[in-house]
Amino acid sequence: MITLGDYLIVSGILFAIGFAGVLLRRNLIIILMSLELMLNAANLSLVAFSRFRVQPTGLPDYNVQVFVFFIITVAAAEVAVGLAILVALFRARQTTDLKDISSLRF
Amino acid sequence: MSPFLFWIFALLMLVFGAAVVINRNPVASALSLVVSFLGLAALFMSLDAYFIGIIQVLVYAGAVMVLFLFIIMLLDLRAEEERRINWVASVGGIAVALILLIQILLVIGHFKAARQTFPPLAGSTIDDVRNVGALLFSNYNLPFQIIGVLVLVATIGVVLLSRRDPR
Repeated sequence: MITLGDYLIVSGILFAIGFAGVLLRRNLIIILMSLELMLNAANLSLVAFSRFRVQPTGLPDYNVQVFVFFIITVAAAEVAVGLAILVALFRARQTTDLKDISSLRF
Repeated sequence: MSPFLFWIFALLMLVFGAAVVINRNPVASALSLVVSFLGLAALFMSLDAYFIGIIQVLVYAGAVMVLFLFIIMLLDLRAEEERRINWVASVGGIAVALILLIQILLVIGHFKAARQTFPPLAGSTIDDVRNVGALLFSNYNLPFQIIGVLVLVATIGVVLLSRRDPR
């Protein structure tokens, strides 16, 4: 049988993959995609807990699913703003590589 | 859901999630991300969260992916040329991610409830959308409206940011 821990382990591995992507890659678009992977890993563990905490009525904990709904909405807004910043940056510098964007570097 | 299907979809999601990070070509990364999100939607449905699964497909595999692919096309990004890999930074990054993963697995290993299976639901079918919607429009009405304002602000911000002449 599938336990709660299996879902949590899969979610943890997905989070680590996204984290490694943010740390390793130098392309801003890939970094945004890796951020999405991390947000989705968090969503997966939240939904697993929602299914695990069955209420006395015999239904999953829907408070958590509303929270996941909010996370998805905020993530979509975040991606839109991030990509708009990326386009503005590309107009100014003709690059999406983090190595070439170092004016604020000390 | 049978364990077989769970592991198929989990493996699909993880392999294509890793492909997002490994691929040099941004278009290949974006398409791997679609497959990864579809596997994740299947996992949501295996947890009886049908509404969240459908939202996942609509928002991520639909809207967000179109946005990513459109931006990649607009900026005309090619596969990045083979840069000299900074081995110290790469090994350090992988080490930090591995340490995080080991920490997560240790926490799950010490978590007693993680070894239990999921308790059964009351009925064989659940009215998922109605339950989420009722909660959203009663208990969480104010956050819902705030989220609406947030999306509006994000829309205006995106239009402002991507205007050619900011004056």
